[in-house]
Amino acid sequence: MPDGHMTETNRRRFLQVTGGAGVGLMVGFTWTATGRRALAAPAEAGKAFEPNAFVKVAPDSTVTVLIKHLEMGQGVYTGLTAIVAEEMDADWAQMKAEAAPANAKLYNNSAFGPIQGTGGSTSTYNSWTQLRQAGATARALLVAAAAQTWGVPASEITVSKGVVSSGKHSAKFGELAAKAATLPVPADVPLKDPKDFTLIGTHLPRKDSVEKSTGKAVFAIDVAQPNMLVAVVRRPPKFGAKAQTVDAKAAKAVKGVVEVVEIPRGVAVVATSYWAAHQGREALKVTWDESAAEKRGTDAIIKDYKALLSTPGEQVTKEGDVDAVKAAKVVKAEFSFPYLAHAPMEPLTCVVKLGKDGCEIWAGDQFQTVDQMNAAQAAGLKPEQITINTVYAGGSFGRRANLESDYIVEGVTIAKALSDAKVQGGKLAGSPVKLIWSREDDIRGGRYRPIYVHGMEAKLGADGALLAWKHRIVGQSIMAGSMFEQKGKPDNTSVEGAAEIPYDIPNRLVDLHTTTSPVPVLWWRSVGSTHTSFAVESFIDELAVEAKQDPVAFRRTLMEKHPRHLAVLNLAVEKAGWGKPLPKGWARGVAVAESFRSVVAHVAEVSQDDKGRLKVERVVCAVDCGIAVTPDVVKAQMEGGIGYGLGAVLFGAITMTDGTVDQSNFDTYRCLRIDEMPKVEVHIVPSANPPTGVGEPGVPPLGPAVANAIAALTGKRIRDLPFTGTVSV
Amino acid sequence: MPPIKLTLNGKPWSVDADPDMPLLWAVREIAGKTGSKFGCGAAQCGACTMHVDGQPVRSCSTPIGSIAGSKVTTIEGLEGKVAKAVQDAWVKLDVVQCGYCQSGQIMSAVALLTDTPKPTDQDIDSAMSGNLCRCSTYVRIRAAIHEAAKALEI
Repeated sequence: MPDGHMTETNRRRFLQVTGGAGVGLMVGFTWTATGRRALAAPAEAGKAFEPNAFVKVAPDSTVTVLIKHLEMGQGVYTGLTAIVAEEMDADWAQMKAEAAPANAKLYNNSAFGPIQGTGGSTSTYNSWTQLRQAGATARALLVAAAAQTWGVPASEITVSKGVVSSGKHSAKFGELAAKAATLPVPADVPLKDPKDFTLIGTHLPRKDSVEKSTGKAVFAIDVAQPNMLVAVVRRPPKFGAKAQTVDAKAAKAVKGVVEVVEIPRGVAVVATSYWAAHQGREALKVTWDESAAEKRGTDAIIKDYKALLSTPGEQVTKEGDVDAVKAAKVVKAEFSFPYLAHAPMEPLTCVVKLGKDGCEIWAGDQFQTVDQMNAAQAAGLKPEQITINTVYAGGSFGRRANLESDYIVEGVTIAKALSDAKVQGGKLAGSPVKLIWSREDDIRGGRYRPIYVHGMEAKLGADGALLAWKHRIVGQSIMAGSMFEQKGKPDNTSVEGAAEIPYDIPNRLVDLHTTTSPVPVLWWRSVGSTHTSFAVESFIDELAVEAKQDPVAFRRTLMEKHPRHLAVLNLAVEKAGWGKPLPKGWARGVAVAESFRSVVAHVAEVSQDDKGRLKVERVVCAVDCGIAVTPDVVKAQMEGGIGYGLGAVLFGAITMTDGTVDQSNFDTYRCLRIDEMPKVEVHIVPSANPPTGVGEPGVPPLGPAVANAIAALTGKRIRDLPFTGTVSV
Repeated sequence: MPPIKLTLNGKPWSVDADPDMPLLWAVREIAGKTGSKFGCGAAQCGACTMHVDGQPVRSCSTPIGSIAGSKVTTIEGLEGKVAKAVQDAWVKLDVVQCGYCQSGQIMSAVALLTDTPKPTDQDIDSAMSGNLCRCSTYVRIRAAIHEAAKALEI
């Protein structure tokens, strides 16, 4: 995900595109700056008190927090609600979370700029101060209402667990809401001293557990609208191909199929049910123009990339002079990383209802502002005419946020095609359409973690000191051609995790070859660090062995000027019992990585059975993510990152033969199952710093920690991912 | 074609559908019960798991015509002390993340505990390995099944 602001040029371009004059003023927006009254209209009896864009207090004292980020499993409905509850001194039981509408003026992600969207593990990071202020101001208004009602000074009023009290007076939030809504919004309300937190940092039950444990949670695939049609799309078998001829006769003969329409991304079969649409698509005959398609297989792509390792790339980092160093020993390694599909459990789905003056969309929407722009363009409407209802997403891992809004645009273009007067005399116009991707569509549909190849070279002194480090990266840019591209600079998503490393090496050179291909690529849980951290942490471990040092001791020496990384490493190895004996046939490996402003270290324990099969038995994790708002959610994200990362390194790969994807479903795109999940222990470094990311940072150090354990156990260094190409797992 | 007659969540259910239509889509799109999820359409992920005559089945790959006369239970119709123990444990341990696979996980876990009240880790692995979770909530699924087993002992 894009981390950091857009460039100024791109920001201006964005504002032009959206027609959002003044949207830029909303960067860093806090509603308190408006200085208006809490409500434009006086509060009516029985109506909710809405002191700002994030908080609603109902007459029954339910406090609803409007969540501007997508809940896709990472726990924002719980964590962001906790921030508001803390500053309001509310009771956890009275708190509720609700998806905010798509509105970049109110709900932009300040880490992205004037865009509402979720990613880059920024949800808590960018909401922290904003939601503390929202909660504190709501509290101040309730206190002011109590002070006026009771005739006591505000300073003599306390709030605890949702009860406002002073002497003999006491009231719940709901009782004060109507009065509070008439009061002027105070500016600069002081925030709590973190040492006074009573909710943050404690165990708080997730807000979505009950719904999700009873089948009641609503995902886009569950949304129903009157007269809704269901669509599936036949897409080209090779990336970059286009439909040449379409024979829809047999498809249209399938009972329940309503229409077949061509859209820019393929051919859509529209029916009264998924089953009919699926059968219709099976019967559809399409020939493809493959003249502009990627026709290489992945082996050929990797070979092409490896050839680039021998020539210098675009310079990313240069410290000292790597080539001038005289070494006692030179160590070299090459790594390759395959395409990876995100494969969230809920395949991509959206519901689109297109009218003449507006378009309503239901989706597990991760990139509301970008999706509004792209949907508007596809529909021939203005972005502000696009209403997005954000519902729960059945996972994403980056997939649902993409700069072309692929599945949203498909849904809109199908609805648009159906609204054409020439199609059945326009009688399908306005029918809501639910677009469903099958699992095969998902696995073969692209937007993969790009293929990367890395070349590493290090020089060691006679005493084992690491004197020089050369790191060359080859791969496709995720950002190229997008509004987030930083022209004239090396692509950050290719080099993050490699450009800056927590090891002090006097001579260091990092460079990059950015390649192109019609295969669409995308950020995949932890983005560049999915491959850079593997290369860096595998290689540093190998160098420790070459230098005849313990891998932890070797890292500690190089990490002296990075106390945060060192503390995380130390906690992980201490809790894992580094150096203590293990059963026969077991070994440990360690890795540490910073990503999305957090630092994570994993110690992995791996065993090998008498048939040579390897198993990851246990992972001990330490994380510094600043203040852990909801520590149990942080733990869950580390557990999840470990499992997601482990499946990918063990056997995750999308391969292509002559440009056609070889995998199609979970039988061929293997994902981690419960019997392969290690025991996990998570330890959080106590911190008083503002919260940083947790959704992604658990992933990067997992792969190298396991690879390093395998090397310690078997002597085999894994250079080409996934591991199944080298060892038996 | 005569309608197919079954029992859905304890109530008679007469479905006018192509007998090849997977049970999952009949339940989701005809009966309107959406707790059971579509994840793969190929019996690979378990998100669609329902009970047919008490046994966990992958409803995405079960033609509705093949189970005429059967009793079908979905997450919406789960009841009894095993189901309650499982769902309570799921909530107590905050197992869910995105939640999309969890209906299927819970259906498989209830079937496991109904047959095997005190499962070992190995029992859990073999009963639950057909249910994928891309959020990797596996650590907590295992713990919650043990937790539910403990609650059922009392």
